Amino acid sequence: MSGIYIHIPFCKQACHYCDFHFSTSLKKKDLLVSALVKELELRKGEFKHQVIQTIYFGGGTPSLLSIEELRLLIEEVYKHYIVAANPEITLEANPDDLLDDSSKSIFKAYKSIGINRLSIGIQSFFEEDLKLMNRAHNSEEAKICLEEATQYFDNISIDLIYGIPGMTSKRWLQNIETALAFNIPHISSYALTVEPKTALDTFIKKGLIKNVDDDLAQEQFHILIEKLEAAGFIHYELSNFGKPGYFSRNNSAYWQGKRYLGIGPSAHSFDGEHRGWNVRNNTKYINALEQNVVPIETETLSTTDKYNEYVMTGLRTIWGVSLEKVETDFGLGYKKYLLEQSQKHILEHLLYLEDDKLLVTTKGKFLSDGIASDLFKINAS
Amino acid sequence: MKNIRNFCIIAHIDHGKSTLADRLLDFTGSVTEREKQNQLLDSMDLERERGITIKSHAIQMDYTYKGEQYVLNLIDTPGHVDFSYEVSRSIAACEGALLIVDAAQSIQAQTISNLYLALENDLEIIPILNKVDLPSANPEEVTDDIVELLGCKPEDVIHASGKTGFGVDKILEAVIERIPAPKGDPNAPLQALIFDSVYNTFRGIETYFRVFDGEIKKGQKIKFVATDKEYYADEVGTLKLTQVAKQSVKAGDVGYLITGIKTAKEVKVGDTITDFANPTTNIVEGFEDVKPMVFAGIYPVDTEDYEELRSSMEKLQLNDASLVFMPESSAALGFGFRCGFLGMLHMEIIQERLEREFDMTVITTVPNVSYHAYTNKNPDTAFIVNNPSDLPDPSTVNRVEEPYIKATIITKSDFVGNVMSLCIEKRGNVLNQTYLTPERVELTFEMPLAEIVFDFYDRLKTVSKGYASFDYHPIGMKVSKLVRLDILLNAQPVDALSALIHADNAQNIGKKMCEKLKELIPRQQFDIPIQAAVGAKIISRETIKALRKDVTAKCYGGDISRKRKLLEKQKKGKKRMRQVGNVEIPQQAFMAVLKLND
Repeated sequence: MSGIYIHIPFCKQACHYCDFHFSTSLKKKDLLVSALVKELELRKGEFKHQVIQTIYFGGGTPSLLSIEELRLLIEEVYKHYIVAANPEITLEANPDDLLDDSSKSIFKAYKSIGINRLSIGIQSFFEEDLKLMNRAHNSEEAKICLEEATQYFDNISIDLIYGIPGMTSKRWLQNIETALAFNIPHISSYALTVEPKTALDTFIKKGLIKNVDDDLAQEQFHILIEKLEAAGFIHYELSNFGKPGYFSRNNSAYWQGKRYLGIGPSAHSFDGEHRGWNVRNNTKYINALEQNVVPIETETLSTTDKYNEYVMTGLRTIWGVSLEKVETDFGLGYKKYLLEQSQKHILEHLLYLEDDKLLVTTKGKFLSDGIASDLFKINAS
Repeated sequence: MKNIRNFCIIAHIDHGKSTLADRLLDFTGSVTEREKQNQLLDSMDLERERGITIKSHAIQMDYTYKGEQYVLNLIDTPGHVDFSYEVSRSIAACEGALLIVDAAQSIQAQTISNLYLALENDLEIIPILNKVDLPSANPEEVTDDIVELLGCKPEDVIHASGKTGFGVDKILEAVIERIPAPKGDPNAPLQALIFDSVYNTFRGIETYFRVFDGEIKKGQKIKFVATDKEYYADEVGTLKLTQVAKQSVKAGDVGYLITGIKTAKEVKVGDTITDFANPTTNIVEGFEDVKPMVFAGIYPVDTEDYEELRSSMEKLQLNDASLVFMPESSAALGFGFRCGFLGMLHMEIIQERLEREFDMTVITTVPNVSYHAYTNKNPDTAFIVNNPSDLPDPSTVNRVEEPYIKATIITKSDFVGNVMSLCIEKRGNVLNQTYLTPERVELTFEMPLAEIVFDFYDRLKTVSKGYASFDYHPIGMKVSKLVRLDILLNAQPVDALSALIHADNAQNIGKKMCEKLKELIPRQQFDIPIQAAVGAKIISRETIKALRKDVTAKCYGGDISRKRKLLEKQKKGKKRMRQVGNVEIPQQAFMAVLKLND
């Protein structure tokens, strides 16, 4: 079970909070697509015996690619890799792109090239929030786009952001209720995070925007869990909620330590032993592939690294951290260490042990990074 | 003997002592191009980084002057008040001193007190105006200051620049012409002064000495007078940039001695070396057993490292005899050591050397001075309190005495008011105020030593915009109204955070302590009340609010390794914290009381 992630590093405009890799200049789009094609071909040997279960176009804004470009990339995957019979093929899309002139036909076109899941960057149904974050769409477009998308696609996910400065919990509740009215099966919802060197960071430092309020974010996180669980969603990862059968297969692979191939500038790959990351620069990426070189750096994971990663990702999910897996994969010493380190948190009702699995309580969820780092092992250097 | 000159350098920090010393070595050809580096005499990395001299050093230069060959012994001295005893012994080993004064900054308190020491020892003083090439130099005025201070003639003051080497020839000329050759009887029984020692991993302790009478020969059986121990001189020699072994070192000269001694404690600075069979009747005056002035607990961050800490401290003590320590235990921190230091800088140095040289991460508790407590039962016997938790129950205490110092501060007249208020706030009494020049004032205070320990230097620097220098010496014990301020975290007293303070300051310091701890202790998964108490009475409180959000929203393919590294770093940070009860306390919080005004 493995997946291919393809990074499309272009955006119409920069959202104030975003620190992913993208460019707002589309000049090199053609060259970049050729480079992606080249990388898919050059790296086919790495996944020779793997069956590809998922293909994921992320970004940036993949909906800036034309149907032909997307079709080409999907065909290249099929050409060089073994693809499962019913793969999950996801496209991240922004509402404004889905509503261009030819709007209705675009959904059909996506379906015709094999895309069967849309992840739409709604973020909020309120104008104030969208403006503050510098999104390219408005609240009206968000709603129209969803109405149309649901006519063509059944497997839709939307992104919603909470903890936005100025957003009351009442407005957040309205956002959730609006989303639920569309009857979509998957929601990814994130606390607004102020990443260093983003526009948002600068505005907050200059005092132009109020800083995020952790107390409020925590309150809104709990409203989210309560509302979505009541509506039949399963909170399967810290920021992800899905109805049964609609969990993101691509993303679940990241949290379950499965292999994935990351294509495109800044994309990351994992083969079970090594993590790799492509150069985070469009021009350097294109130039390297023109020379038939994949511009990737890799690190080899030690047993401790793997244990730490498993604890870190496991605690975020409903699958938790399996003690049996820790013992089999890393050894009895690690299992003992893990149990020893968890005691304090179990006592404080931040963690609990159930069916041989260590899980985070609802109370602990918003603190899970600190808990994970407490369970980490550090090798004496 | 008539061609030997022994001299030291008296200077304030930053007045260019080490740089000028480097130039003297260059000029006399004592170092080759290859051996050159800045602050040659400061051999510890810590000394070079901080630009200060911690240990005394000595170096011998050969110089031909008017066709005659001279041997010049330069003894470089520590530049901080914590080490003033070592300075006094270095001065006692010399016949002359270079008084280096920064042409822009003029004379500072530390310089004056060392100058007085040199004058008491009848040293010939050669005043040098350094950094004359600086645009901010004010040679006329500073020369006037020097003339007034020394009663010398303006033309006796040599203009120099350590940076360019200007004036170095004049300095060497003055060393030979003005400083008297050593006197002493080469045929009398051996009498030599120990002015420092250095630990060498392979050879044990190297003792640095100055011979006054007689000579010290390789293989000779010798005796250290104060410690009353006997040794064989396995190796003697003189100190060039590297050691040069000799058959003997004669009266008037400076050298080193190796006897196979393994611990620095046996070699006491100020002690006299003499011949075992034919001892001198004339020991070098002024020997003192150096006593620690400041005490603090040192604990391993990880309780399991206690034994390793002990062995590291023992090794440190091999080359730093002024460090004393004994085991103690704390309810909050477990097993550790109560250590005595010469002063705050010495304490910082020890902590830093433990980290650097032994990779030991330690917690240093609130430092305090040594108090004398008298109980009602035994009102005439002093009970020594080196740790706040040793203070007997207040109801049984007759009185408590604390050490006082006489402090000398030299500052610009503009800042007299500020300095005065600071010293009064620090419980000081003004004894004297003298205008050295119309712009420069010398203030003398009597104040509790404990107040110097708590953030005095930094405050003095701030209130005088850096234009104040400070020196002190102890003047004995005085009765004082002291209370113990306790800190409770999550309702649990943390003994390592207790401090003995004057009753009148308790309210203010208690409040600041709580505020500072709130700033230094990271938010945890629950609310943490911080309380300051005197006895059973809570005098101040703060609360560290529970952490509400500690999670990154996104964790996809590209985030995993970055996030893992971030959390690993956090874990390492936590390992440097000490868990007391269920509260994680970072290392620096234990020193919070020293940073109350930051």
